[in-house]
Amino acid sequence: MSYHLIGISVLWLFLYGYLIIASIDFGAGFFAFYARLTKQDPLINRLISRYLSPVWEITNVFFVFFYIGMIGFFPDTAYYYGSALLVPGSVAIVLLAIRGSFYAFENYGSKNNIVYLFLYGASGLLIPASLSVTLALSEGGFILKQDQTVSLDYWALFTNPLSWSIVGLAIVSVLFISACFLAFYATRAEDHAALKLMRTYALFWSTPTIIIALTAFIYLGQHNERHYQNMMDLWWLLALSIAFFMIAMWLLYRGRRYGLAFVCIMLQFFCAFFAYGIGQYPYILDPYITIQSSVTSSSMGFALVVVFIGGMCLLIPSLILVFKLFLFDADYVKGKK
Amino acid sequence: MGIDTVLWSKLVTGMTLGFHAIFATIGVGIPLMIAIAEFIGIRKQDSHYALMAKRWARGFVISVAVGVVTGTAISLQLALVWPNFMKLAGNVIALPLFMEVFAFFFEAIFLGIYLYTWDRFKNPYIHWLLTIPIVAGAGMSAVFITTVNGFMNQPGGFTMQGGQFTAVNPVQAMLNTATFSKVFHVLSSAYLTGAALLAGIAAFTMLRKGVTGYHKKALKLMMAVVMLFGLLNTVAGDVSAKFLAEHQPEKLAAAEWHFETESGADLILLGWLNAEHQIIGALHLPKILSFLAFGNFNAKVTGLNEFPSDEQPPLLVHYFFDLMAGIGFALLGISVLYFLFALWKKRNEHNKWLLRIIALGAPLAFLGVELGWFYAELGRQPWILRGYMRVEEAATTSPSVRILFFLFLLLYIVLGMVSVLVLRRLFNNNPAETEMEKRAQHAGDKRTGKGAHA
Repeated sequence: MSYHLIGISVLWLFLYGYLIIASIDFGAGFFAFYARLTKQDPLINRLISRYLSPVWEITNVFFVFFYIGMIGFFPDTAYYYGSALLVPGSVAIVLLAIRGSFYAFENYGSKNNIVYLFLYGASGLLIPASLSVTLALSEGGFILKQDQTVSLDYWALFTNPLSWSIVGLAIVSVLFISACFLAFYATRAEDHAALKLMRTYALFWSTPTIIIALTAFIYLGQHNERHYQNMMDLWWLLALSIAFFMIAMWLLYRGRRYGLAFVCIMLQFFCAFFAYGIGQYPYILDPYITIQSSVTSSSMGFALVVVFIGGMCLLIPSLILVFKLFLFDADYVKGKK
Repeated sequence: MGIDTVLWSKLVTGMTLGFHAIFATIGVGIPLMIAIAEFIGIRKQDSHYALMAKRWARGFVISVAVGVVTGTAISLQLALVWPNFMKLAGNVIALPLFMEVFAFFFEAIFLGIYLYTWDRFKNPYIHWLLTIPIVAGAGMSAVFITTVNGFMNQPGGFTMQGGQFTAVNPVQAMLNTATFSKVFHVLSSAYLTGAALLAGIAAFTMLRKGVTGYHKKALKLMMAVVMLFGLLNTVAGDVSAKFLAEHQPEKLAAAEWHFETESGADLILLGWLNAEHQIIGALHLPKILSFLAFGNFNAKVTGLNEFPSDEQPPLLVHYFFDLMAGIGFALLGISVLYFLFALWKKRNEHNKWLLRIIALGAPLAFLGVELGWFYAELGRQPWILRGYMRVEEAATTSPSVRILFFLFLLLYIVLGMVSVLVLRRLFNNNPAETEMEKRAQHAGDKRTGKGAHA
């Protein structure tokens, strides 16, 4: 396997990992704020902070990891996306900063401050919205290169239904994934009131998720025929995705096996996300960057792969430790430790 | 307009780095202090030290969070504000950046575990062991990032062909000639600053609320660390100066206002320049510059005039350099003074003036770090990659960068203010003595079986 394939596979896997754990985090922010508004916060906010406080930095690192890996394996991406995204990227930085500081300060008062809670909840939706725009950009037609200047055509971006449907999909997926995970976490904590609430949220957000996913797919067909056709050739992945979605819905509806339901949702997104990614092959930015044209030198590729394997040997045992201590330790989850 | 965009790009990055440097230094320095305090606490079975570790860790989390936030900002800004730099050098510096993410990831995981497992292990050493990956992760983060800075000063490990780097050897690029002295100086100054900060806080609290056992112990411990790393940092500074003299003479010459190449060069302290670039009112130490640069009083030191005028760093760095070095020596001096007072029984080491000086040491240490970084960055001008790419060639062409400066300025003001407020609330409303009593009471309850925690 060549370095560009290894690189893009690893990065795409990491982006998938970020998609799942960041969705849990972002959605939880929105639910925390919403619960406060509807006076249901005593029910779920303790549950949320119990899970999120130890892991938020890990979530953030997933993102930085993807980003640095992207620049490492495909340096051209830094130039094109960097030049075009100065403004939206900076806005995303500010949102991430607000969010990060919420966790830092939450134990010391910000949790009770309604302004901060609002910012926390709002950033939970705005960050996925702003980050997902990058996926729309990669379809081509929005980032333009004239002579030596790369620029972003804001008008085309904001008037295009594809970009809006991708943004919409990002937001509802976040809420869906997060609600389902928190329902599962609530069963672990044997917190029945929170479970009931989160199950309702999960069921509520499931339908919009699948509808907007289909909408985005249709608009993709209008915007980028090649990508659409490639994805149609991967129809079995899409079918699997829908099958997992149905299983998850059935389990949620019956109100049992929440862990399995969440795994099904992870698989649902895994299939769809990889169908999307493989369909985009070989482009990273249509039509300027392909993975073959932009891949770094082989010595660098080799070094990155070695570091990656070494890093994983360090990180996987540590992550298992975290999960054992916080996620699967029943006493901790229940708040006894 | 072109020049304007470049200037604003520099300002945005300088501001972000200047703000990040504070939290990054705390992030690297403090974990070691926490580890030392917890270890001594377990060894001596003295709960004062355990409390120290706990309180420092609590404050540390706040600064780490801000560090994460600003660190994320700077990593994204690299591509957003300097896209041409990343296009050229991304090929080479991605490896250390990638490794830094791993190191930080490692640190973050164990920090999470450390904070939430204070009383979960029967053997207290197991909890202490968690500090090792934290200290190592923080230290290695600094090492990897510093290699990138080293590379910008001493690019190597590639050949330049048709405007692109080819035959890249990323490991050789990381181990460039600047790396060793820079890493040494960054680490020693971070540990020095961390200790000076905690000593300063102890001294400040004693000034305001009177001398207590807890703060006495904290002060003594941190003064010892200040002395140790003050010495190491002096060595690191010396190594750095010798490195500059040999490999980057224009940077040293600008810092020393050393214009003509000569043997037995004088060391010039402070002073100012008149319109004809003559030095006025400075303190001249004969032949000392030659000695500092090469360990030989008669060695020849390259002067700034050897370099074309558009490749000379700004002369302002002279003050940054002198002040930074002065602060380094002052911190070392403070710790020596403290132990002299402590040993010489008649003079109380907790007398008001000494405490005031120690308290002043904390902000001075941070000033020193900032000045050092500004010297390191301005001293490299006009290059972003010395010899290969100038700063103005690297910057974005988007004029929006000006607005972004103000956006980030606002962000940093808010973040800075909120962290100060939170830290104040965290410690002012909960002094160490009160917490000590509570813990004692809690432990007592546990023994008699009255503990009411479910």
